[in-house]
Amino acid sequence: MDLRDTADEASFRGELRSWIEENLPEELQGHRGGAARFEGEAMRAWSRALHDGGYAGLTWPKEYGGSGAAYTHQAIFLEEMARAEAPPHIGVIGLGMAGPTIMAHGSEDHKERYLEPILSADEIWCQGFSEPGAGSDLAGVRTSARQENGHFVVDGQKVWSSFAHLASFCILLTRSDPVSTRHAGLTYLIVDMHSPGVEVRPLTQITGEAEFNEIFFDGVEVPAENLLGEIGGGWQVAMTTLLHERGTLGFALQAALEVQVRKLAALARDRGADPLQRDRIAREWIEMQALRFTNYGSLSKLVKTGTPGPEGSISKLVWSEANQRVTKLALELLGPDAALAEENAPYGGYWQHQQLRSRGNTIEAGTSEVLRNIVAERVLGLPKSR
Amino acid sequence: MDFTFTPEQDALREQARAFLSDHPEPSWKQLAALGWTGVSIAEENGGAGLTFVEEAVLYEELGRALYKGPFFSTVAVTLPALPDDLRAEVAAGEASWTLAFGPLVPDLDTADRIAIVGGDGIYELEGAEREVLSTSDETRPVGVVRGGEPGRRLADAGVLEEIRNRTLAALAIESCGVARRALEYAIEHARTREQFGKPIGVYQAVSHPLADGYTRLELARSLSLWAAWCVAQETAQPGEQAAIASAAAKAFASEAAVQVCETSIQVHGGIGFTWEHVLHRLYKRALWIESFAASSSTLRAEIAASLLETTSPSGLSQTPVSLTQGG
Repeated sequence: MDLRDTADEASFRGELRSWIEENLPEELQGHRGGAARFEGEAMRAWSRALHDGGYAGLTWPKEYGGSGAAYTHQAIFLEEMARAEAPPHIGVIGLGMAGPTIMAHGSEDHKERYLEPILSADEIWCQGFSEPGAGSDLAGVRTSARQENGHFVVDGQKVWSSFAHLASFCILLTRSDPVSTRHAGLTYLIVDMHSPGVEVRPLTQITGEAEFNEIFFDGVEVPAENLLGEIGGGWQVAMTTLLHERGTLGFALQAALEVQVRKLAALARDRGADPLQRDRIAREWIEMQALRFTNYGSLSKLVKTGTPGPEGSISKLVWSEANQRVTKLALELLGPDAALAEENAPYGGYWQHQQLRSRGNTIEAGTSEVLRNIVAERVLGLPKSR
Repeated sequence: MDFTFTPEQDALREQARAFLSDHPEPSWKQLAALGWTGVSIAEENGGAGLTFVEEAVLYEELGRALYKGPFFSTVAVTLPALPDDLRAEVAAGEASWTLAFGPLVPDLDTADRIAIVGGDGIYELEGAEREVLSTSDETRPVGVVRGGEPGRRLADAGVLEEIRNRTLAALAIESCGVARRALEYAIEHARTREQFGKPIGVYQAVSHPLADGYTRLELARSLSLWAAWCVAQETAQPGEQAAIASAAAKAFASEAAVQVCETSIQVHGGIGFTWEHVLHRLYKRALWIESFAASSSTLRAEIAASLLETTSPSGLSQTPVSLTQGG
């Protein structure tokens, strides 16, 4: 047990810190989240800079254009980026989900064609998993992929798809066997978002922004070579994608929470807090620290054994509920000013926006209900509830 | 960065769990023979020369086993005040100690000798009358001392800071041992107890509180091990991390342990409410820990003060553990 950086980790952290300081454009720092920041050339340029600096795809193997770095470096990268309030590489879905899935299940041609442009931010990816009838229960997917004249024809609707309006490609989970049910008969495809018959419609959320989209597929032709894995083997491929979604995500979440708690403390110093509010601020600081060391424990086991510790499965659950409490407490500290919005509100409406956005945290990427089931069944070994 | 135990620390845990399972009421001599009483005492004083992290492994297992005896009061609390010759006696199993730093003195029924805080120093208390009081946790008695005279001066009062940190960190990790066992009973019960034709763990009204209990416990344990590491580091290299870490760990872990025990009692239904089941003993230990030394709300008030009242308090407003600078 040694919580200090090793010499190698310390030098990586030091270089990264200076690199961010020198390269992060001021207008991209301290963003308040949301969709708008991904529009425009600045984010692409920032992502390309990350790539040129060797920070895109840190843990990707060198043969695919990554840095082949240790998981600890990835964790440090996520911590430092969050602490500097730097926006992520725009290829969030490509780097974290599509890329690793292509590496695991794709052909050499797939790897050659798709991986490099993800790193360089020349091509953005989106994910087409959830549907109006298939949310937490992903095996209910109904979007169909019919085999016809050596290609697939896709019809259906996907929802909650971030980046779809900017994306070149979509990783799409379809039902290729119309008489199949549940996990069988699913097929995983790569779909060119510029194909005829693809329509993207933004979904405006409770913050007033549109981070997510609906995607409609109407007779979209997808070449046979865009298949990932086997026909009918889509569920296994999708599990690879979701595994990577949860990977080292905990570090980014904890570091973001640390920034929030720091801002909460600053807010309390600015505007005052009564003894009960002070007690709750201390609670949030303690829980943020607890999350940090829980992530360290899980990562250390991953580094030592190749498998993350089971405690890693609680990161997203803990973070999402903590972020909701922290942002709500901030509104309480604002008093009547909490009713104001945007430029009329203190701090440009930062806390009002953050609080509303936080309600999505316990829904996106696995609802808290599903995550509690996962802990109960896979970690505690309780019998399955369904 | 490495937040795992060494193979030697894992082996110590296995030894402790096996021994305490075979010997639920070990004597002080037996613990000394295992090398536990001197685990962090220097080798030249007859100890094993290890750190507070190894002590933490033992506190967790002793808590799990609901050990009754003066280990906490001697090793966690009084040890920093003892001069070398008296440490050697502890390592050899010849003496156990407790420290009167508040009106209620822990382990007063079993500790051989008593130290007392007076003025700018810590002294041995000689010739005092002891009254052991009844406690709801029968495995962790407390008492009051009356009369007596200060004898040998043991240490300067400056050592009280270290004693406070060790006490809080030890109680935090001990409560994790208590909670783990309570959670294991609940999981086993939820897997095997059937109602309405199904194991009750199928019902999310049962399984989700257990998932929450596991979550609180993992968070508590992470904080407690952080605190243990900081205390171990601080012995060699003083800083300010141990004070904050041990306060945070005790505040969170003691509440988590009480919550996990309460969930476990509820999941067990009627049997969890009986004297016969061990759960109430675990619960009473958790409640004892929550009440002792400093309450969670007091500790949080201290943390809030350091977060909010100064601009640069122990690095609190910045990265609390600076990984680049070390502990």
